[in-house]
Amino acid sequence: MVALAGASFAGEIPQAERRSGYELMSRETRAMQDDDTANPGMLAVLEGGALWARKTGAGGRACADCHGDARAGMKGVAARYPAYDAALKRPVNLEQRINRCRTERQQAPALAYESRELLALTAYVARQSRGLPIDITVDARTQPFLDSGRAAFYRRQGQLNLACSQCHDDHWGRRLAGNTIPQAHPTGYPVYRLEWQSLGSLQRRLRNCLVGIRAEPYEYGAPEMVELELFLMWRARGMAIETPGVRP
Amino acid sequence: MASALINVPDRARRGEIVEIKTLISHPMETGYRRSQLGARIPRDIIRLLVCTYNGTEVFRAELHPAITANPFFVFSTVATESGTLTFQWTGDNGFSVTETAAITVD
Amino acid sequence: MNRETSRREFLAGAAAGLGLGAVIAVTPAHATPQEMQDAIRRVVGSAPVTKGRVKLELPPLSENGNTVPLTVSVESAMTPADHVRAIHVFTELNPQPEVVTFRLGPRAGRARVSTRIRLANTQTVTAIGELSDGSFWSATAAVVVTLAACLEDA
Repeated sequence: MVALAGASFAGEIPQAERRSGYELMSRETRAMQDDDTANPGMLAVLEGGALWARKTGAGGRACADCHGDARAGMKGVAARYPAYDAALKRPVNLEQRINRCRTERQQAPALAYESRELLALTAYVARQSRGLPIDITVDARTQPFLDSGRAAFYRRQGQLNLACSQCHDDHWGRRLAGNTIPQAHPTGYPVYRLEWQSLGSLQRRLRNCLVGIRAEPYEYGAPEMVELELFLMWRARGMAIETPGVRP
Repeated sequence: MASALINVPDRARRGEIVEIKTLISHPMETGYRRSQLGARIPRDIIRLLVCTYNGTEVFRAELHPAITANPFFVFSTVATESGTLTFQWTGDNGFSVTETAAITVD
Repeated sequence: MNRETSRREFLAGAAAGLGLGAVIAVTPAHATPQEMQDAIRRVVGSAPVTKGRVKLELPPLSENGNTVPLTVSVESAMTPADHVRAIHVFTELNPQPEVVTFRLGPRAGRARVSTRIRLANTQTVTAIGELSDGSFWSATAAVVVTLAACLEDA
């Protein structure tokens, strides 16, 4: 384990040097992501498409009944999330937005985080933004949450007293255990992580990071989690969505 | 609810070797893992994939726990005649999924 | 995926070897190269296995041992008179040596199959091609398997 001394951070990666984790993967793993007929994440996208059309809840409505064909209706949506929710007065991530639709519009129960259905729907919606640049709105409403997420990214925490930035800003491209450290841009979420052998959300991956530095992982849906997601997506602004990504 | 992705060309010339790709969702629980409490998690895998072409078997894969979750296979068959390719996956706990793909052979 | 040999299992093996009373029957966390040879024998019987004609493609350094892409091919005209009947894949250090058996035949057109396998440790993978004339051919490939960083506490 590399001993990272000092409190000075190298700072944000220059825009021109930002690279997706895709570029740091092996040829074989990149091939797995590139081929829709071989990408295991596409199984979830397939299921999501079926769920999109299925009538559900007390209202007996399908997503498609309001939103129509997802290819048009959901194009660009995932690239804008997390987004400010005026009713809740805070940002929400895509999973939370989907659940708001389910509970309020479909009168259906919210789907549990990391449940097969929620992952499938999120993957299906995010897939409609594939190739589009991440575009997070920063305004007076979102700024405080963005600042909070940024502070978390640069804060040392956990038993290993590490800040996210120390690996992902300062040491990306170097190796940790058997893997190459990526810059940590959430371009491919929900992602098929080879370590999980399944699809998972950005929150699940962040919890893995926090466990990795021996810090208490935030709960799914916690405000701190969404703020960190918001910051990470903003940090990746302009980079293309790759969902469903494949990552080690 | 298992979903499967099959990739077979829609059409081919008679005698052409066509490449088939199959991907099915399944955890392929090895039977060697233990839970947090130390109890062994029972094996739950797909054991067999059989591909038939207009009823004749043309490919078979006998799987063991070392096949990764969401089993993926690429294999080939000779395009002999138009018809249907049938894929059947069977495994532990009565797992059984059948999918078909049509192929037109000129 | 659980890769460690638990101390309980190791000690149980040691205790049994010393004849020290109660033997706990546990499945070893990984098989041995000898068990792989036994598994290969069960397939080929007493026939000799010759190195050659089989090509086994695996990445020399796997990104993650849970998902290692594998392609195996056998030189063959794949005619009714002369074709590959089956391809068998084995490992020496996984919990069990068998990985997969592919049953082919002349309808395959070519003997070339790809899949994704799990490798519990850095080890050598062996592929055996079974031809229609009853002969067996083999190839091996070594793969380095490393642990991922930032795991789940599962």
